[in-house]
Amino acid sequence: MKCVGWKCSFSLLVWLGAVLFTAIPLSAQQTPASSTAPVTMMASLAAPETAKTVSEKLAQLDKDVKAAQSSADNAWMLVSAALVLMMTGPGLALFYGGLVRRKNTLAIMMQSFALMALITVMWALVGYSLCFGGDGHFIGSFEHAFLRGVGADPNPDYSGTIPQLTFMVYQLMFAIITPALITGATAERMKFSGTVLFLTLWFLVVYAPLAHMVWGKGGLLNASLGGKFPTLDFAGGTVVHISSGVSALVCALYLGKRTGYPKQPMPPHSLVLSFIGACLLWVGWFGFNAGSALASNSLASSAFVATHFGAAAAALSWSAAEWIKNGRASALGAISGAVAGLVAITPAAGFVGPMPALAIGIIAGAACYWMVTKVKAVFGYDDALDAFGVHGAGGTIGALLTGVFAQQVINPIFGADKPVGGLDGHWSQVGNQLVGVVIAWVFALVGTLVLLKIVDLITGVRVPEEHEIEGLDITQHGEEAYNLES
Amino acid sequence: MMKIEAIIQPSRFESVKDALREIGIEGMTVTEVRGHGRQKGHTEVYRGREYTVDLLPKIKLEMVLPDALVNRAVDTILKTAKTGKIGDGKIFLSRVEEAIRIRNEERGENAL
Repeated sequence: MKCVGWKCSFSLLVWLGAVLFTAIPLSAQQTPASSTAPVTMMASLAAPETAKTVSEKLAQLDKDVKAAQSSADNAWMLVSAALVLMMTGPGLALFYGGLVRRKNTLAIMMQSFALMALITVMWALVGYSLCFGGDGHFIGSFEHAFLRGVGADPNPDYSGTIPQLTFMVYQLMFAIITPALITGATAERMKFSGTVLFLTLWFLVVYAPLAHMVWGKGGLLNASLGGKFPTLDFAGGTVVHISSGVSALVCALYLGKRTGYPKQPMPPHSLVLSFIGACLLWVGWFGFNAGSALASNSLASSAFVATHFGAAAAALSWSAAEWIKNGRASALGAISGAVAGLVAITPAAGFVGPMPALAIGIIAGAACYWMVTKVKAVFGYDDALDAFGVHGAGGTIGALLTGVFAQQVINPIFGADKPVGGLDGHWSQVGNQLVGVVIAWVFALVGTLVLLKIVDLITGVRVPEEHEIEGLDITQHGEEAYNLES
Repeated sequence: MMKIEAIIQPSRFESVKDALREIGIEGMTVTEVRGHGRQKGHTEVYRGREYTVDLLPKIKLEMVLPDALVNRAVDTILKTAKTGKIGDGKIFLSRVEEAIRIRNEERGENAL
């Protein structure tokens, strides 16, 4: 869970303090005894004043140590926040942008970018507070509405060493990318007005409660701050990937297939763009997962390594599956596999060692390949860019496998020497994970369906067929991605 | 005057062009085109979805030549563009009524 990283740092502080405290009495005893010793300066002072000076110095030292640690953690967390923003723009925008047909490139990129602006403003007004204010079971409070009380001081419930401002802006980046992931399922046929309205409402009605339930203090699924069903979700397997992936499926079903699908060919217009996007996602994901330690500590290193290994293993297993099936390994397959691995390792990153990370990656790569090639074809839904096949499926697999592979040597989230996951013998954690998964699925399914109905009444959700054929770039935004005459 | 239109494999283009230059043909117009004859394209697979791509990239050469040069040019193209596989392309010949050089309004074979 996210709020555990600071505990390690805190124990380091305590240890440092203890070393200092044992050292002080020695010098205090020595000073009055020998006035000729090298400590003459101190000896010339009266004893009570010496004690006062020492304790003042000690307090100062304590403050300095805390400030130094805060600086280190803050530096990493600000970089992480920037990395996670980079995942949406340009990462996801390029990844999705390359997968659509030429006439819809700007439209899909614009959806990601619009969310960067829109969710940021929503976050400042009420979003942060609804996710991380108060201690309700299902949703936060208005405690921090308009960012009231969010300043330089840390929020000890979540991160004891960094300014709450940093925590707030870091969490914001997660709230931006999550709705942006859904646009992969609605691509090439959803109205811009409908998209904006739907995703804004979705952020308030689906994301905020789920984020609070899993990460917020007192949340129903929180693992370390008093949840009823402690679900392990280090960086967003349920909150980010299941929520967006399952909602993506609902959107794909509600909107219906793109005109001409699946008879008409709709190959990606530029895998080069997708390739660059996927590589940016991989790098950005270090901020996403390792940053979720909320400190620049050894847990961050552990999550960083697990993230990288999960991505690599999944790229290989997707490619291998493709090679066996088609006799060739494609670039699109390799990058899709890497993204699937990154998705699946997200809930597990701060709980599993490197070898389980490889295992999670291998399973996720092959399973997501099967989802997007077989399952999608069998059921016939048009999840245009496979937001469900990769994020919904990968997130679910990752969340369940986290319960299997989590170990207390990596992250003693339930307390020292308490078993965490199946590898520790605590198999009932898989049950807890299942509860989290089911709640996230049901919540996303119902919330999305209701919101789509409402948005359909207000702005409509789907563009007219002639606009779809002409392309969303021109009909929704009045511009083209590629002006060949100019 | 005859016009030669040759649609050839992109991989043979450089050889054909060089061979034509060697027999003294100076001017030609080249276009990258897509199309198919009997060759029925190839399949591409994106995330498990197969697409048959039946319009294949080809190169189209166009040149208008004096009658005396036509046979040699056709022979040269046949020799250098051939790989022996389906998809090697075609040559079309047609008679040209008139040619005019825009710069000085020369007409007929002088304009070529």
